[in-house]
Amino acid sequence: MSILDLVFIVTAGITILASIGVVTSKNILHSALFLVLSFLGVATIYFQLNAAFLGLVQIMIYAGAISVLIIFAIMLVMSEDINQSNLTHKKGSFIGVIVAGFFTFLVSISIVSTKFGAVFNNALENPVEDIAVMLMGDFVIAFEVAAILLLVAIVGAIIIAKGAD
Amino acid sequence: MISFEHYLLLSTIIFGIGLYGILAKKNAVAVLMSVELMLNAVNINFIAINKFIVQGEITGQLFAIFVIVVAAAEVAVGLALILSIFRQKKSVDLNDFDLLKW
Repeated sequence: MSILDLVFIVTAGITILASIGVVTSKNILHSALFLVLSFLGVATIYFQLNAAFLGLVQIMIYAGAISVLIIFAIMLVMSEDINQSNLTHKKGSFIGVIVAGFFTFLVSISIVSTKFGAVFNNALENPVEDIAVMLMGDFVIAFEVAAILLLVAIVGAIIIAKGAD
Repeated sequence: MISFEHYLLLSTIIFGIGLYGILAKKNAVAVLMSVELMLNAVNINFIAINKFIVQGEITGQLFAIFVIVVAAAEVAVGLALILSIFRQKKSVDLNDFDLLKW
């Protein structure tokens, strides 16, 4: 077992434990902080997959911006006891364990039993340059649509959150 | 030796945890957080497949970027909706979100 395997096992374990913390903790602020840890774990997985640009984007947008947005929303909507703010339905929890467990089991079985043709180890020389060339070349329409989507989302969020008056 | 399948299994486990959160949680903000977990799992899949299956291309990472863009927009609008409903109902419990029922 090489050092890279050890790094993968540790970071994957931290990511899974943090994700479990998100759905099991009773205090929603703890859930949000576990979510930040999970985002950072996923970012390290990206770094191990030779996607350094995506890892940095993950840290900036998810761990930086989205988590702050979620924590702001939690602060604005909390009225009752914070220690009981993130409870589960009794029935929904039962159904959720069955559905999620069955789904995970089924997909894991299919992953293990599938033969993935030729598996390369794709190490691109300059991935950021490739991303930039494709984003401004073949995918320029998708890029512009993403820009319009973000603009519409910002305006819509302001109008929805502002209220009627 | 860590191989392609291990990344897919990791992503499956995170997706399953997010699925449980969506089905089980009462708080609307917690459901949004579970959706974020599922989108992260999908992104791990995109990047792992880009590294191990496709030779010399970077399309998977581009798709992951677009997933991140849509997730950011979704969180902004979703939290604005939750704030707006909280102002009317004084609650973020999903059982109280019955404005469209009659």
